[in-house]
Amino acid sequence: MREPEPTEARRIAAEERDRARFEEEALALADQVYRVARRLVGTREEAEDLVQETYARAFRSWRSYTPGTNMRAWLLRILTNLNVDRGRRSQRAPQTQSLEETDYYLANKLASHVGEEALEEEAVVERLSQDAVVNALSELPPQFRDVVVLVDIGEFTYADAAQILDIPIGTVMSRLHRGRRALKAKLAEEALP
Amino acid sequence: MTTGPCDRCEELLQDFLDRTLSDAEWAEAERHLDDCDYCRRRYRFEASLRRYVRTTAAERMPPGLMDKLQQLRGYHPTA
Repeated sequence: MREPEPTEARRIAAEERDRARFEEEALALADQVYRVARRLVGTREEAEDLVQETYARAFRSWRSYTPGTNMRAWLLRILTNLNVDRGRRSQRAPQTQSLEETDYYLANKLASHVGEEALEEEAVVERLSQDAVVNALSELPPQFRDVVVLVDIGEFTYADAAQILDIPIGTVMSRLHRGRRALKAKLAEEALP
Repeated sequence: MTTGPCDRCEELLQDFLDRTLSDAEWAEAERHLDDCDYCRRRYRFEASLRRYVRTTAAERMPPGLMDKLQQLRGYHPTA
C-alpha cells in the first residue's frame, strides 16, 4: 500500500488533534451531563447507560458539533433524544392537574407548620428531605420534568432548553411554570402531610 | 374576580427570580417586595428553595463511569 502524501498525512494528524480536543472537552462535562441524566430517569443504572450511549454517539458524530458553540447543550440534546427514543423516561406520574396549586402553596403550607417568621430562615427548606425532593422530581410528568431538570438543575437558559428539547421557548416557559408548581405541590404532599 | 397586590406579586415572582420580567414589571414587583413582609418572606423562601432543589438533587457521577466513557474515545468508522 502506498504511503499517504505528506499533505494528506498532515491533514489526518490535524483531524486527530481536533478529535482529541473535542473528546477531552466533552469528557470534562461528563459530571454535569450525568447530573442532569440522573434526574431524567428512574435509576442510577439507567442514567449510566444513557450517558454512555450519549458519549458513544457524540464521539461518532463529533464532526457535526460546531466549535465554539455550547457543547453541554449539544450533548444534552443527544441525551434527551436518546431518552425519548428509548421510552425510558420514568412514567410513574399520575394526573398532575389536581396537583397544581398556586405558586405560594408550599410556602403557605410550610408557614402553617413552622410559623410565618421561620419562613425567612435559609434553613427552613431543610424541612424538606432530600428523598422528598428526589421523589417529587421523579413524579413529575416527563414533559414537565425535562424542562424543570434542564433549567433548575442543569442551569440551562430558556433558549438552550428550547433548543435541546426542540420546542418553542414559550412552551419551555409554560412547562417550567407549571412544572415548578406541580413540584411544589408534590413536595408539600411528600414532606408536609 | 378581583386580585390584590400580593396575588399580583405571586404571579410575577417566578419571573422575577428568573430575571425575565420587563423593566416595568420588575419595578412593580420590587416596590411590592419592599413594602410587604408576607411576599418578601415568600420571595426569600422561593429563592432558597431553588438553591436547595438544585443542590440536593445533584448526584455525583458514579466511580467507574469516567473510565467507561474514556474507552469510547477514538471511534473509527472504517477501522
